[in-house]
Amino acid sequence: MKKNVFVLSLAMAAAVFWLSGCSGKADNPGNSTGSEANNAASENSAGSSNELYVYNWGEYIDEDVITQFEDETGIRVIYDPFETNEEMYPIIEAGAVTYDVVCPSDYMIQKMVENDLLAEVNFDNVPNIDQIDPAYMEMSKAFDPENKFSVPYCWGTVGILYNTKRLEELGVAPPTKWADLWDEKLSGEILMQDSVRDAFMVALKKDGFSMNSTDENELQQAKQDLIDQKPLVQAYVIDQVRDKMIGGEAAVGVIYSGEMLYIQEEVANLGLDYTLEYVLPEEGTNLWLDSWVIPKNAKNKENAEKWINFLCRPEIAKANFEYITYPTPNKGAFDLLDEDLQNNESVFPDTDSLVNCEVFRYLGDDVDGIYNDLWKEVKSN
Amino acid sequence: MSKKLLAAPYLVWIAGFIIIPLALIVYYGLTDRDGAFTLANVVSIGTPEHRKALWLSLWLSLLSTIVCLVLAYPLAMILRNRGVGRGSFIVFIFILPMWMNFLLRTMAWQTLLEKNGVINGILSLLHLPNQNLINTAGAIILGMVYNFLPFMVLPIYNVLCKIDDDTINAASDLGANSIQTLLRIWFPLSVPGVISGITMVFVPAFTTFVISNLLGGSKILLIGNVIEQEFTRGSNWHLGSGLSLVLMVFILLSMAVIAKYDKNGEGSAF
Amino acid sequence: MSQLQRFLRRTWQDFYLVLIMVFLYAPIATMMVLSFNSSKSRTQWGGFTLRWYTDMFASRNIMAALHNTLMIAFLSALIATIIGVAACIAINSMKAVPRAIVMGITNIPMLNADIVTGISLMLAFIAFGISLGFKTILIAHITFNIPYVILSVMPKLKQTSRSTYEAAMDLGAGPVYAFFKVVFPDILPGVLSGFLLAFTMSLDDFIITHFTKGAGINTLSTLIYSEVRRGIRPSMYALSTVIFLAVLALLIFTNFVPRRKPEK
Repeated sequence: MKKNVFVLSLAMAAAVFWLSGCSGKADNPGNSTGSEANNAASENSAGSSNELYVYNWGEYIDEDVITQFEDETGIRVIYDPFETNEEMYPIIEAGAVTYDVVCPSDYMIQKMVENDLLAEVNFDNVPNIDQIDPAYMEMSKAFDPENKFSVPYCWGTVGILYNTKRLEELGVAPPTKWADLWDEKLSGEILMQDSVRDAFMVALKKDGFSMNSTDENELQQAKQDLIDQKPLVQAYVIDQVRDKMIGGEAAVGVIYSGEMLYIQEEVANLGLDYTLEYVLPEEGTNLWLDSWVIPKNAKNKENAEKWINFLCRPEIAKANFEYITYPTPNKGAFDLLDEDLQNNESVFPDTDSLVNCEVFRYLGDDVDGIYNDLWKEVKSN
Repeated sequence: MSKKLLAAPYLVWIAGFIIIPLALIVYYGLTDRDGAFTLANVVSIGTPEHRKALWLSLWLSLLSTIVCLVLAYPLAMILRNRGVGRGSFIVFIFILPMWMNFLLRTMAWQTLLEKNGVINGILSLLHLPNQNLINTAGAIILGMVYNFLPFMVLPIYNVLCKIDDDTINAASDLGANSIQTLLRIWFPLSVPGVISGITMVFVPAFTTFVISNLLGGSKILLIGNVIEQEFTRGSNWHLGSGLSLVLMVFILLSMAVIAKYDKNGEGSAF
Repeated sequence: MSQLQRFLRRTWQDFYLVLIMVFLYAPIATMMVLSFNSSKSRTQWGGFTLRWYTDMFASRNIMAALHNTLMIAFLSALIATIIGVAACIAINSMKAVPRAIVMGITNIPMLNADIVTGISLMLAFIAFGISLGFKTILIAHITFNIPYVILSVMPKLKQTSRSTYEAAMDLGAGPVYAFFKVVFPDILPGVLSGFLLAFTMSLDDFIITHFTKGAGINTLSTLIYSEVRRGIRPSMYALSTVIFLAVLALLIFTNFVPRRKPEK
């Protein structure tokens, strides 16, 4: 319909352009821009196996690493970001867009395995797999029992990021638990994650339930909690939590652990008069692992394996870590780091101290449907 | 005969990219995951959360349509009475923002409205309390009005330009005061423009998901958001298609309204 | 009406025009100012910089999206114009009933909500097994562009008199020759405005592109959308400033410059 109006406006404009006594010069703007466009024609030729389609989380790789991979292998990388696991899944499932290598989280990998969307990784092409700390290969078995489909990329937790100065102004003590996100004084100051499992994790954990709960009553209670919390929430966002918190838009935000180093650096660079701190809520949280997988319909599987192998190389993993600052499961890279960093608890939390932490599991399509319906109820309320 | 052949590419095109796609929406909308016929997807518009989203969409888009109309009508009158020609610079100024990318225009408002945005910055300079502007229904209405206002101005302006000065003069010669002229002459003659302006604002506002996403902080779920998310996140395409069918019915209804008032097509440009 | 009354009315009207103008332009002006602000903050002026502009022109993503956008707009407008003009001629010679049917279908993409058009095309591409990418965006844009071409050309075609065309044929011109010599010049303004209309529609589209785009491809609209959802970077302000100025220059040029020429 919007277009209808354009008809009007352009009809009007056209009346000016073409009917106002200047029929001679047919040098229309379309032509001038057109030639410019033609120069760009080569940009999109599809086909050759010299390509690699990568589908990864936003801001989840050092772009120099991509360039280095391209230079080294001569493979052209086509890189797309996604925001949530839930957004990534239908794209891969529909198969209308084929990616060669994707980086989903634990429970989504399980869902993809169970729905037969993944190809087995040929580990002969990924010799650097031995750089990955065996502990994480063990952890992977929760969703990939035989370690056949996935190669760990990053891991971390989910916690609360808070603005010390803002909280002081509001007269609120720094949060220590999820329940603190239901404090009325924080009205309009909370940033929640806009993805169904993460949002329910917060509510379920607060109530002392498992974040993999399938119990109708527990889920209903979590839903009601989220509805109660909604008036306090400023926005449901995903990648924006980081920038909004740095910009001082909100007092508290639910965030993935790995952003901390970047955030503290950025706060220092900008010379801001407040500090941002990260806390792991005492009720326990989500321990997650993002791994590279190869979809079944991948067209460039060998390139995908080269990519995975490249990223497992310690120097590359280190460079990548320094950029994205998410904890790396790469032992080789970890050993290359400064001792300060290795011991930095906010970057590499001690896994043993993570009490009550759980890993998301895929709960089946029916339960997924229930979660989605409940989440919609929260959102529409 | 050869002339008929000229239609061939177009007919193939409409079959492949208009009819079949719509048929697919109908198919998906009326089946479940196993391919069996069901009305559940369409009927699900009645569930509380969908009803709320639909109602909210209707409400917000109606409000923004009214605001657009109230702002646009005087503007179109002034422009017309100033006797400015159709290509004049003033008219040009009022349609220019429309040529900016729609997303950039919405982004601009995000910049202005955010907590540490420009408006609150100005307020604190004046030592006034900060306002909570972003992520509210008001922000969404503002975004709609800003984006769609020119779409209301243009059709009304076009229709007003067609009204003869003599008609107006005749009315005042016959003793009508300015209010009477407005109500008895201007307004009735401009109805086609008003009606098409209303639909041009209403339909995109009613079905938007972009404005509510960017200015509503995902806190406000419109029917457009529900459909978009069924396709991009919930991955229940059947439900999304079923709701799309409902949406189409609403649009058809509003088209029927236009067809009723705008029989001669005067409200459109052609 | 007294002099004073007229003056007051005029002042009030000026005030109103200015008010609306401020409403329309304040956001754009704000982005322009911020695009030169060296601080990322939106409320503090950190000094003048052109850094965001260099960032923008150096960004592979933004430049690729710009190329895609122009390329798709140009190609889709061109193809839609060719198909549309051919269709117009054919439709014009149809009988009433088929013509009504075809015109009715032609109206569908214009009247339908963009979101439904986008979804329906996505479903069709998946059903046809066409993988999403540049070509699916192009097809989608052609689809919603054709109606605008037809609606621009049709009225012009109806105004042309059949007899001149037939006269040309009687004088020995072939149908194609007669068309290009006799009919085409008459409908040219409609064809050109149809092309331009289609070009603009394609430039501005987000929703339909959102559903039909594939791997590794962005138009400016889809790029801006994902950027804004990640947090607005100042290079986006630079981009909007550049786009605004480009549109302004283009419109001023096409609107006002050629008009004076014939008068001189």
